[in-house]
Amino acid sequence: MIDAIIKAMTKNALILALFALLATSLIGATYWLTQDTINQQAKIQLSKRLDQVIAPQSHDNDLIKSCQYISDPALGPNPPHLLFLAKKEGKLMGAAIEAIAPDGYSGNINILIGFNENAAISGVRILRHNETPGLGDKISKRVSNWVDAFVGKKPTSNQDPRWSVKKDGGDFDQFTGATITPRAVVKAIKKASVYYQAHYAEFLSLNHPCGDL
Amino acid sequence: MATDNKTLMFNGLWKNNPAIVQLLGLCPLLAVSATVTNALGLGIATTCVLIGSNFIVSLIRHLLPPEIRIAVFVMIIAALVSCIQLLLNAYTFGLYQSLGIFIPLIVTNCIIIGRAEAFASKNKLLPAILDGLWMGLGMTLILVVLGAIRELLSKGTLFDGADLLLGDWAQCLRIEVIHLDHGFLLAMLPPGAFISVGFLIALKNIIDHHQQK
Repeated sequence: MIDAIIKAMTKNALILALFALLATSLIGATYWLTQDTINQQAKIQLSKRLDQVIAPQSHDNDLIKSCQYISDPALGPNPPHLLFLAKKEGKLMGAAIEAIAPDGYSGNINILIGFNENAAISGVRILRHNETPGLGDKISKRVSNWVDAFVGKKPTSNQDPRWSVKKDGGDFDQFTGATITPRAVVKAIKKASVYYQAHYAEFLSLNHPCGDL
Repeated sequence: MATDNKTLMFNGLWKNNPAIVQLLGLCPLLAVSATVTNALGLGIATTCVLIGSNFIVSLIRHLLPPEIRIAVFVMIIAALVSCIQLLLNAYTFGLYQSLGIFIPLIVTNCIIIGRAEAFASKNKLLPAILDGLWMGLGMTLILVVLGAIRELLSKGTLFDGADLLLGDWAQCLRIEVIHLDHGFLLAMLPPGAFISVGFLIALKNIIDHHQQK
């Protein structure tokens, strides 16, 4: 009796293990096959986004290769963050920072923020988010032009009252049905921008290259 | 159980439609049907998983001891979804970003395990594949109808953002049916989806009732 139970258990465990192995190898194979394309897609995407936030004629270097790692609580969770330097004849003409807004409606929002040589914002793009389709996803440029409202702006400090959504007395539109998302994005951009103004003088002497992205 | 193609088609698309008769997989149905494009994308992805899982389950139906069949089904479905997610990420980057969290959620869609258990594990290979196809298309059909209703009411458009799914040429598919300054917000929100599904079910019942007479 007990023998039979043990036998059945062993048999079932072996079958389960076999299927687990097969399922894992299927995923592994697909991952292996798609990995290069996925990385390439991400890289193309990133370089497109960089050109959108920093004017291509303002610099003569390859932005992706200028990447440096930076860490600061002002840029959100999950350090290090990426910094891309726009240089012309060795002089700093602007930069782009990847900041993370931790307080979106559904998970982190990765934001790429470009700055010009006056440290004002030259462009904003959302790199990654999981906000509600149809509501919070208006932060994404392909859904609406909301992120363009940041261009040319420069907060005076983290207390700058104009840097919040209109509902909270600030300059930026919220979306009908979704206030949490724009609120989180405005806050993250404000903090990153204040950080940029305080630290950009040190950027050229940084030495933490990201290597091959 | 009749397993010829015509019966399976009628079952999947109408008589036993997974979305409005079996009421399975309501989470993706309600969450992703805000626009036709998203609905179509998720519908196709779900159909692929369904065909794949029905195929594999039917293939191994004689090898599985009944005690562990559900665990094996779950493993197969999870592996297939992971593969589809990687493939979408590699080859349709824009859509991958807009469907976001809903792709992994296909795993939890009860239609898939429901069909594996109720049909594929008891039937031959070909009927199992056809059942997956028609059930998937039945779900896609309802998703798209629902997406069309909600997109029309909330934005006044159809196929907005179709280029994410089908490539750049698809931008010309976008139809602005009516120009709305303020869309009907409720249609965009989950309650609107619930109400629309209710109307669709009612409509189906009315048609069935008429035909019986």
